[in-house]
Amino acid sequence: MSVSRLNLRKISPVPYLFILPHLIFFAVFIGYPFFNGLYISFFQYDYLRPEATTFVGLQNYTDLFRAGSVKFVEFWNSVRVTLTFVIYSVPFLVVIPLCLAVLLNSKLRGMNFFRTIYFAPWVLSCAVISLIWWWIFQSQGGLLNYYLKLLGLDTPRWLSTMPYAMISIVVATVWWTMGSNMVIFLAALQDIPAELHEAAQIDGANAWQTFTRVTIPLLRPVMVFIIITTIIASFNLLGQPMMMTRGAPAQPTGGGATEPVMLRIFTEGFVRPFQGSAAAMSVIVAIMMMTFSAVNFRIFRQRD
Amino acid sequence: MSTNFSSHLLTRHRARKWFRRISIYLILSVVALIVIIPLLWMFSTSFKLKSQLFTKEIYWIPKVITLENYTKILDNPATPIGRWFLNSLFVASVTTVLKLIIDSLAGYAYARMEFPGRKQIFGLLIATLFLPGVMFLVPNFITVAKLGMLNKFSGVIIPALASVFGVYFMRQFFESLPKELEEAAAMDGATRLQIFFQIAIPLAKPALATLAVMEFLASWNDFLWALLVLKDRAVQTLQPGLRTLQGAYTSEYGLMMAGAVIVALPVLVLYIFLQRYIVQSVARTGLKG
Repeated sequence: MSVSRLNLRKISPVPYLFILPHLIFFAVFIGYPFFNGLYISFFQYDYLRPEATTFVGLQNYTDLFRAGSVKFVEFWNSVRVTLTFVIYSVPFLVVIPLCLAVLLNSKLRGMNFFRTIYFAPWVLSCAVISLIWWWIFQSQGGLLNYYLKLLGLDTPRWLSTMPYAMISIVVATVWWTMGSNMVIFLAALQDIPAELHEAAQIDGANAWQTFTRVTIPLLRPVMVFIIITTIIASFNLLGQPMMMTRGAPAQPTGGGATEPVMLRIFTEGFVRPFQGSAAAMSVIVAIMMMTFSAVNFRIFRQRD
Repeated sequence: MSTNFSSHLLTRHRARKWFRRISIYLILSVVALIVIIPLLWMFSTSFKLKSQLFTKEIYWIPKVITLENYTKILDNPATPIGRWFLNSLFVASVTTVLKLIIDSLAGYAYARMEFPGRKQIFGLLIATLFLPGVMFLVPNFITVAKLGMLNKFSGVIIPALASVFGVYFMRQFFESLPKELEEAAAMDGATRLQIFFQIAIPLAKPALATLAVMEFLASWNDFLWALLVLKDRAVQTLQPGLRTLQGAYTSEYGLMMAGAVIVALPVLVLYIFLQRYIVQSVARTGLKG
């Protein structure tokens, strides 16, 4: 029936002309690469020497799963570094913004002023914040060690020894991005009707009980959203280690102790001429990220 | 006796309220200080002579305030930061304008027009929002290289136009508008193009402004893609330029912080004037998800 209706009424080209400009770019830079990325991963590929392209089948993948090979060690080291960064950074990126949002939600004067300040670093680029923190963490002339020394504390070499190099990156990242999670929490808190808190207080709940029994359960959907998006964002870590630590210190087994998977892909595909291999790594990382999102989505949807 | 008791209770209540207030302000101020210190340090360092960087004692206000760092990086042909600034400004402005046009056209069609395949195409667009960006890095780089767009501004501007976010954003906005005005115009015989340009677009000014700010910020701050595509110093933008700056000097932190100030200041100024738009659009993404 729908077919006959289509035939009867002439299809207007106008709507298609509206969506076409975007659709062309979408097809070339999102649709096509979705398949082309997979395709390239079956080749030894160097964009500077396209004539040297050779089909290698699954070799780019088997290299990554052959225990002991250099690529295997470097790649899985970078996966481990990424997961370490996720474990170190995500709790801070959830808890600190939540606490700040709760404080900002107290209806006192000047809260907009504080919100403006806390959010400000978020508008800066990762190159700017990396450069600033790289300077702060320097052993020579760095701000942090100057004050640590003044307080009579240890002054580690932040950017070149572990675990300090990882801590430096986490600190810079938390400082940079906590504002966005904070304003999301704040908006969610402001949506909670005041009557709910009043009712809890009338029932004799103190502030802490109100927070844990009323506020937190109501924040759960937002909390889930924030945790998932923060983990995914943390997977994309690149600029901070690139500019602050350059992946250092080197691991005895190969790879760098602060070299996350994005930096590995960057090195493999754009510093070294192995774009087929870099494409294979990207496919594996993308599958990991999508599996992770799907699992989370399932778990939290079932519970809700 | 009883009045005495209740007034005592009242003062205790007040004292507790004051205590609560003061402790909230105290915590907030300490955090604010932590947030601001790195920025102040950046500004402070950028006005310092190199000889003042490694002194025994740190001066927040430089003993000698110098603009040497700024003039030095602006003059050095190896790090043409003035050129990079113009490049960034050009790329971010053109990307933003093109995106506003393309995304409002598409967003309007998905929100307001009936056509075969509308749901399927829009569903496909939305599905790609969940794909990790890393998948597109290598293949898009190769596409850009094959199209001869390496080291050209088109190589960063054109791939950015594929993004689905703006289309989704504009569609959501147009769907939230009441239809009556457009319907009345259609009754009066206005064409769809007239309706779009003369009725829908003027109503969409706040949404377009928000999208413009977000897209300009994203383009201005883009690091990785610009780093890959714009390699020649003459065509670099500011973000990869900062990395070039970092590699060009050793321990000239004053110079590097001057570079960071040049990159950071425009967005900080933008933020001060438009923070409501920026904060709200970030906060809203959370509520929708």
